[in-house]
Amino acid sequence: MKNFLSIGFVTGIIGQIVGTAIGIGLLTGIRAMMGLAPKSEPAAVLGAALGIIGFMIGVGGFRDWFTWAKGEDTYEAEEFHDRPGVIRYWGYSLDHKVIGVQYGILSLLLMVLGGTFALIFRTELAQSGMQFISLDFFNTLIGMHGMVLIISILMGISAMSNYLVPLLIGAKDMAFPRLNAFGFWLAVPASVVIVAAIFTGGFDTGWTGYPPLSARAPLGMQMFFVAVFFAGWSSIIGALNLIVTILRMRAPGMNMFRMPIFAWAVLATSLIALTATQLIGTSFQMVSFQRLFGMGFFDPAKGGNPLLFQHLFWFYSHPAVYVFILPGLGIISELLPVFVRKPLFGYKWVAMSSMGIALVGFLVWAHHMFTSGMEEYLRVPFMYSTLLVAVPTGIKFFSWTATIWQGRMRFATPMLFTLGAIVVFLLGGLTGPPLGTVATDLHLHDTYFVVGHFHDTLFGGYMFPLFAAIYFWYPKITGRRMNETLGKIHFYLMTPSFLVMTFGQMAVGLLGMRRRIADYDPAQGFQTTNLIVTIAAFLIALSILIFFINLFVSARKGEVAEGNIWESRSPEWALLPSPAPEHNYAQPFNVVGDPYDYGLKGSKYVETAPQQAAD
Amino acid sequence: MTTPATTLEKQAYKIGTARIGLWLFFLSDSFVFAALLVSRFYLLGDKRPHLEQGLGLIVTSVLLISSFFMNRAEVQISQGNRKGFVTSTLITMLLGIGFLVGVVGFEWGLAPFGPADGVEGAMFYMMTGMHAFHVLTGVVFLFIILRNGIKGRYSPEKHWAVEAAANYWHFVDLVWIFFYPALYLIGRV
Repeated sequence: MKNFLSIGFVTGIIGQIVGTAIGIGLLTGIRAMMGLAPKSEPAAVLGAALGIIGFMIGVGGFRDWFTWAKGEDTYEAEEFHDRPGVIRYWGYSLDHKVIGVQYGILSLLLMVLGGTFALIFRTELAQSGMQFISLDFFNTLIGMHGMVLIISILMGISAMSNYLVPLLIGAKDMAFPRLNAFGFWLAVPASVVIVAAIFTGGFDTGWTGYPPLSARAPLGMQMFFVAVFFAGWSSIIGALNLIVTILRMRAPGMNMFRMPIFAWAVLATSLIALTATQLIGTSFQMVSFQRLFGMGFFDPAKGGNPLLFQHLFWFYSHPAVYVFILPGLGIISELLPVFVRKPLFGYKWVAMSSMGIALVGFLVWAHHMFTSGMEEYLRVPFMYSTLLVAVPTGIKFFSWTATIWQGRMRFATPMLFTLGAIVVFLLGGLTGPPLGTVATDLHLHDTYFVVGHFHDTLFGGYMFPLFAAIYFWYPKITGRRMNETLGKIHFYLMTPSFLVMTFGQMAVGLLGMRRRIADYDPAQGFQTTNLIVTIAAFLIALSILIFFINLFVSARKGEVAEGNIWESRSPEWALLPSPAPEHNYAQPFNVVGDPYDYGLKGSKYVETAPQQAAD
Repeated sequence: MTTPATTLEKQAYKIGTARIGLWLFFLSDSFVFAALLVSRFYLLGDKRPHLEQGLGLIVTSVLLISSFFMNRAEVQISQGNRKGFVTSTLITMLLGIGFLVGVVGFEWGLAPFGPADGVEGAMFYMMTGMHAFHVLTGVVFLFIILRNGIKGRYSPEKHWAVEAAANYWHFVDLVWIFFYPALYLIGRV
């Protein structure tokens, strides 16, 4: 029992329960003392927020900072040692690799959850007529599918960047290890709160939470707001940490233009996440306050304007999709040269295109609002800025094509997923301009065409690269390779199913099926397509089940990975054993060449630094 | 072998790193205030809420003067003047609390509208509330550095916490320089 209570996760959950109870009790108690009737909504909001803070206290996220505030010193992060074994993933750790894996576990858990929501409502949509779920529950599932997977994606990005960035740039850890741990653990209670939204009445707005509907939705809406607020905080903290790490912790000789492309992608992503995330937090907080205190920001009866919410919301939520895809595109550029044995074409352009996408991404938000009734003169400028995004994205495609050109390709599983990512993301890219162009968007807005486009971009920009990254770096975590056969089955089952699914979605969208709709008239003629889409969705789920079996079985039974199994030039393969040791590089290294000069004779990227006087 | 020089250099590099982190936090936080500022002009345009002009001028002066003492405190600790540091920090803290009393205690009570009375009220309480929350956290930081300063934990070489608290204080002050005209001066009642 004592052992059980020493696990950070357990004490955190206990803290969350206590915090929630205190929050609910406090508000109810105060109201009772003032002689007012108990009100469930403010109590629930305060309970959820204090519950999250309670979790952070329980898990030990504040401990060292309180010590500092008292004016005492703590141990250095380099002196921190984890408990041996798998148990270390369940508690507070300062090691960036452990935190990266923790992020990964949380991300995959949420992915399964969000995917399950989709399977439920896809089953409902397979036929017209309401089969087995209520309309309210359908709406909740739609919104939850969106937001749970968005949080999952943010966690997945943090997983990749936390695990990889210090390894790739030759740092011992992140710049602020305690902040790093804090950022991760914050996302855990936030995930608990968002799941609580289902059990507190759900919400019927979809993931966007537009007022005026969100100002009237059931209590679940508030849980959704609180959860997103804190998950966003986690994302901001992670982004801040990554920027500082990339700017300050690089190995000697690694100037900005010798950084791995993935580090560039993470830098661009983090700049967006650091700044824009504040706006989704603020906008959700404003709706929350409108519900709690009657502040009429978005209530026309009080002089407010619902359009303001859309502006604030999309100022984050459009750049957010670049947050989702840029690290994935970085992974593509990172893995492609390894498997075609050629230098990455146009390194500087690829690096700068990430920054370009991030920059232009800030200027396009109102293309989500062409049909919202905003000022008409805003339409055309936002159309052009949106189409401008295609330029830096196109640079990436040219680079990938030219890199593949005449290369000696090796079709290992990570490479398959990299190629799949390029193809699927291309489809996502090509279906974007019709939505960014005002004339066509007026027809396509809020149809399943948008759903198809969005799934293409996110599978191409995030899911496929994520799987590629997992298959590629899994041996660094466990010391064993994942099974190639199962990996290939996963790929060859998922890719065609996925393409069928999104083509089906776009087809019914063009025929006029609206997104987020629970039922449709059989006379509209998209019943068969919907059935096919549902079957494809289940096939994707099956392929991901195979992936999970592979993930678990390979951890114990996989082929032992020794040495540089992919013949990569990157330091974590060239210099480190698998699994990667605590505190990374025992001996510092110097960067003496360019990162992707595969196949060039005599070129070197890293070399171990000559032994210095120990210090 | 640890030589003092390398430890000092390491310390300096670490503080440089922390400094970038702090300024990135300011950048991030300023987006919240920018969002509120934009919302104010989007919703109210050239209308402004009816507020106590005299009180507004007083609290603004109090906050600006507090920044002067904050800067003095930082300079004094970097010159090894511990006593002066404690006095200046205490004055800053008291002025900060004075600002909070002025805004939350008086202006919130004197304003002819509540948060639920129309969009002027909503915007006014949201902006001043969010800013007051930041002032409050600033006061908490000041309390921490005051306590540690009295205990003699800071030296001219080692006072990163003071620098961080001071910069945060100036940042929150700077926000008010934008919020004050937006709420009190620009537009017609």
